[in-house]
Formats: sequence, C-alpha cells, structure tokens
Amino acid sequence: MWCTYACGSSEHTISRRGFLAGAVGGALSSLTLDPFTRPAFTHELNKQQKRVLMIWLHGGVSQLETWDPKPGTKTGGPFQAIPTSVPGIHICELLPCTANIMHHLALVRGLNTAEDDHSKGAYIMHTGRRQEPAMKWPHLGSVCAKLLGSTDNPLPGYIHITPRGNGGVNSEDAAFLGPRFASVSLSDGHAPANLDRPAALTEVADQQRHEFRVHANQRFLRSRRTAQTEAYTNSYDQAAQLMRKRDLFDINKEPPCVVDRYGRHDFGRHCLMARRLLEGGATFVKVMHTNYDTHHENFDFHIEQLGEFDRPFATLIDDLHDRGLLSSTLVLVVSEFGRTPNINRNYGRDHWSRAWSIALAGCGIKGGSVSGKTNAEGTAVADRQVNGGHLFHTYLSALGFNSKKNFYIEQRPIPIADPKAAPIKEVLA
Amino acid sequence: MTTAPTPKIDPAKTHLLKEYKHDSPLLGCRFDPSGQFVFAGAQDNNVVRWHLDSGKKVVLTGHKSWIRALAFAAGPHAERGDQKLLFSGDYVGRILAWPVDGDQPRPIRILEGHRGWVRALAVSPDGALLASCGNDHLVKLWSIPGGELIRELAGHACHVYNVAFHPDGKRLISADLKGIVKVWDVAKGEAERELDAKILYKYDPSFRADHGGVRSMTFSADGSLLACAGITNVSNAFAGVGNPLIVLFDYKSGKVKQQLRPKTPFQGTAWGVVIHPEGFIAGVGGGNGGMLWFWKADNAQDFFNLRLPNNARDLDLHPDGRRLAMAFFDGAVRTYDMG
Repeated sequence: MWCTYACGSSEHTISRRGFLAGAVGGALSSLTLDPFTRPAFTHELNKQQKRVLMIWLHGGVSQLETWDPKPGTKTGGPFQAIPTSVPGIHICELLPCTANIMHHLALVRGLNTAEDDHSKGAYIMHTGRRQEPAMKWPHLGSVCAKLLGSTDNPLPGYIHITPRGNGGVNSEDAAFLGPRFASVSLSDGHAPANLDRPAALTEVADQQRHEFRVHANQRFLRSRRTAQTEAYTNSYDQAAQLMRKRDLFDINKEPPCVVDRYGRHDFGRHCLMARRLLEGGATFVKVMHTNYDTHHENFDFHIEQLGEFDRPFATLIDDLHDRGLLSSTLVLVVSEFGRTPNINRNYGRDHWSRAWSIALAGCGIKGGSVSGKTNAEGTAVADRQVNGGHLFHTYLSALGFNSKKNFYIEQRPIPIADPKAAPIKEVLA
Repeated sequence: MTTAPTPKIDPAKTHLLKEYKHDSPLLGCRFDPSGQFVFAGAQDNNVVRWHLDSGKKVVLTGHKSWIRALAFAAGPHAERGDQKLLFSGDYVGRILAWPVDGDQPRPIRILEGHRGWVRALAVSPDGALLASCGNDHLVKLWSIPGGELIRELAGHACHVYNVAFHPDGKRLISADLKGIVKVWDVAKGEAERELDAKILYKYDPSFRADHGGVRSMTFSADGSLLACAGITNVSNAFAGVGNPLIVLFDYKSGKVKQQLRPKTPFQGTAWGVVIHPEGFIAGVGGGNGGMLWFWKADNAQDFFNLRLPNNARDLDLHPDGRRLAMAFFDGAVRTYDMG
C-alpha cells in the first residue's frame, strides 16, 4: 500500500503499546484495522481536550454503604447517613471526605443492570451492553481512546492502573476498534516496561544509534515510502516521546506532603498517579480499588475498603478542580454491581444488580444532582430506572458527543451506544 | 415435701431449654447478674430483655445502630440499694446505661463512647469502672457512679475488638483485630505486656483486606486462664473460609496453653467463649451453620459438640453455672441446660 502521507490519518501511526510490548510487527499488522474514523468525528473530537477517569471498585461495592444509605431499616446495616455539601443529599458515613465534595458529584440511584455475575456485570459496566455471542463491544476506555485520543499523544489511550496482576496490553478490551485502543495495565502503578534507557547503553551511544537509524530510514524512504514504513518511523518517535514522559509514572516526583494527602497505600498512590497522567495528557485512566466482594463481614470490610477509598478520591477530585481540569475530565465511580439489601447470616451482602448506584463528576456532569430512587429498603428501583446502556449514552453525552452516532465497519454502521437506551439527562450539565 | 436434687452439670447432656424470639437478627447476649433476665442486642437497633421464667419480652429503645456490647454493674454500693445497671454499646459509638429492672426501662445515661463502633464493654469486679473499646483504636475507662471518662488507653493500632477485667480488678485486657492482646495496669493506665493471638488474624492478599480479630474474650474465675475466640486458617476472607479457634492463654506466663479446635471440620468463626468454674470451656460458632463445642483445657479437640439450629453469634453463662444463652442470626436467644 502506497502512502498518501499528507492525509494525516491515524491509520498511519503505529501502536505505542505495541512498541512498548516489543511487538512492532504485530502492531504493523493492525494498521488496516481502523476503517472507522470519519472526518466529522475527527472534527468533533478535536474540539477540546477531554479526559476520563474511571474508578473501578472491584468486586461490587455496596450501594447501601456508599451512595444510597437506608439507615434504620431492616436492610440498612449499622451505618448512618451523613449530610453532604449539597443540602438534601445524604450518603453513608463511611464517606466523610466525599460528602464534602458532593457539589461536584452526581448520583445515579436507579440502576438496574440485571446481571449478578462478576464478569458479565463488568462487561455491562465497561461496554454499556450485555454480552452477545456474535459481537464483542469495546470498552468505554477504548471508545474514548478512539474518540478523544490524538495521534501524536505518546501516552497509551486507555491506561488501567491495577493493584496487582501483570502489566501489559489487553487486546480484547478494544474489540472491533483494534488493538491500538486496547487498555494498557500498569500493575501496582508501575510504569510500562522499558521506559528507561538500558543501563549498559550510554546517552551518547543511544543518540548515535538514533541518528544512524534516522539516516538509514531517510535513505530507504526516498525510494520505498509506504504506510508501514511511515508507521515504523512514527513508532520510534512516539516511543521516544513516551520515554521523555516517564516521570508521569513516578509519584516520587511529587512533594512528600502531596503523597501524604493522597495516602501512601496502594489506592492513594494510584490516585496520585492518575492525576499526574491526566494532567500530563492521558485520555482515559482507570484506577482499580479492590476488593468489595463482601459475602462475609460486609460491614467490617467496607469500613476498611471505603476508609482507603474516601480520602484519596476526594483529594483527587479537589486537585482536578483546583487545577482547572475537572470541567474537562469525566469521572465515574463504578463497580460490576451493587450488593444485596438482605444481610446474610455471616454479616455479608451478596451480589445485587437490581437496584444500585454509581457516582459521576466533572466534564458535562451536573454537580449535586441525583437521578433515580430506590424504595424504602432498597430492594427495587422506585423511580427512573436505568441500565448500563443509559450510562454509556450519558458518558458520551457528558463528553460532548452525540451518543446516537455510529462507528462504521466496512461501511456498516455500528451504534456506539445501545440504541434502546438514552442519556440520563438529569445528571447532565 | 422434698426437692429433687439438681442434676450434676454434664456438658455431654446439654439440651435446648427455651427459645426467646425477636424479629431481627441478634448480635450479642448476656444474663443479668441476678439471673432473672437475658438481654440481647439486635440489628434493629434495639436491646431486648426477656424474663427467663415467664418469657416476657421488653424492647429497650434508644440506640441508633446495632448493639453487640453488653455489660452489667451491680452498682458500687449494691448493699445500699444502688440501682443495677445494664450498659449497652452501639455501632455509632454510644454507650447507654439502663436500669436492669422495671417494666419499661429507659436510658438513664448516654456516654459518647467512641468514634466508630463500640465493640465491647466490661465492668470491673468492684463495679466501679466500665471499660469500653472501639474502632477508634482506643480503650476507655469510665466511672460507673458518675459516668465521667477517667482514662483513655491508647496503643492499639487498629480496631479494638474486646476488653475484659482480670478477676483481681487490677489489670484490664484488651484485644484487637490483629490479635494483639494488651495487659494494662488499671491504676497507672499503662500497658504492661502483650500476649500473642495473631493466629486469629490474617491479611488476605487476594482481597487486600484484614480479617479476623478477637471476637470474644473471657477469664476463668480464678484468673489463671484467658480465652480468646475467633477465626484462623483463613483462605478466603470475603467468603469466610476459615476455621474457628479459641486460644487459651496461661495468664501468668502469657504463653499459649492450648489452641482449642473443633474435632469435626467446621467453617466459620468462634463468636463466643466462656470458661466454666468447673474448668471446661464452651464455645459457639457461626458460619456454615451453628455449633456448640466443649473442651477441656488440656486437650485441643472438643470432647462434646452440638449442632445448633442457626448461626450462633454470642454465648454467656448463667450465674447458676448450668445454663448457657446464645444469640442467633434468626432472632432467637436460646438457652441450653448442661445436664
């Protein structure tokens, strides 16, 4: 394929993730998998630099111990509801710092995702769709990497900071969007591998190698310029840019007092890294906090886990706001589902997707708003029931996109969000 | 007319005596020192009192959250007719004092006890001091006659789950989530030494959470033994996969005398323990159903056990030494006769 290299399309850039994973060849093979970009979209995306922060409370946080407390009821548990910075909105006492920033948050209390399985619930909350045998849908992170990311950004478009596991690329997340928009996991907040120049390679030697490569490339390109060769060259440039940005992954560059404000435990460190990445131009950052799958001793465990969550989260929102980033950063606090109103014999709560809650903040979100309502004991949605599809529309609308639009696969329109759902307008600014 | 002799106490003949029912799961239970009543703390934020003979039930309202901590004071001058008091601690951190008797007791004193849950209460043998502990990592000593805070004992680094006075009244024991057991000099307010019950604690790296703690704690009447109950061998904290364990300490040396375990495998937590004046130890557990076990101090395995109808969450011994009370998830207090 000969290149019309004035087009500037994203097809002509190689995956920076592929490069970092040492899979340049694999990345090159994906160059033809990106037929979806339409000029209208590109224009829409580039209007403003917007970002997304997803806080993933892994295992299924209890809505009754967070956003929709029911104190004094059979299902309410032992905790109290506390007032927030928004008169009339109360949340659980386990979130005192979050209560102080409620004017930045919106609550969706009428969520019914009708799926109590961990992986299927996670799929709904990441894609806005139920699993289908014949179709894999891309994660919100991949969609945002596609719609919001810019081709000259050296940072991965969808970064996932996880407290454990292996780092690397999760190709399936991007589905038909292609591996370029897949998530890159940073295990325990460690930077992608190979960002540092090998110790055995001096700076001078590195520079000499770079100059030699450029020289050889230029000679080759004079006679054989193709999309692949262009992408190959770009991959090196982007990798070099990313290496120059490696400090973004290092929270030790922050003053100790700032690290202390976030907390020195995993979630505190990871929230601070998220702030550094978002500030440094990252498009979509997901921070996982684990674990909330509290079939046993739900209340003791929520004291511990939300005790970790509350302050770093509120600090992060405050910092984004103070730095002028919150209005252009959509923030989601989500799980795969909530937890049963019923308290089991082991002081636990089990999986529950029929009536639960999430929180939103930032870009396009009406701070201090609440959508939906559950009944007195939280066993059913009483008003304004929504599902994962509504959430996906809401996210896209909050970011300024028309969520009714399509992706195109070989000219075939694929709705970005579930056509049966619509945005939750009550929480949109 | 002659009275039939009271049967000898025999744990192997333990049987259900009576069931007292409430409509909310129960967390803790205690007999009052006179032996007339059994009290329970419930998940509906109420304390419930039953008259043991008549079964008459009275609901004591005043708490705003769950109640597990219960303790009684005869009054420092009971001989002069001081009112007998029940202290109950809840999960908003308040301690309420109630008259034990009366048709419908109302709280006569409210102590702002702890930031976070009050986990346990204990009254000194002379009836002058109330000890409390909670999620603020503190142990507190209160004057029972006046209700004043006398002392804060700081030193635990996590939630404090239990307190108990040594029968000599000079030492107070506190135990926490991580199995640290501290011995305090009551007069000086200083920690003297620590006992190690860390086997009742685990940090679960999969779920990234702390689990365990000393869920029940008691002395033998002579003060030579201290029993700490909880869960061990935890392989999955969030599913409660582990086994009940009672760590029996030789109090003087501070060494573990015995680790008391169920002979038949059981999954769950030991939520209650008592040491009988005759020397045997009784424990109850909940998790995969409910169980009652009896051990002798010189044998790690129980010599008798009884399947309970539901998950048991607490255990107390009646002043007559024959009866046991247990609080259950299904809202019942059940009394059992050991003979």
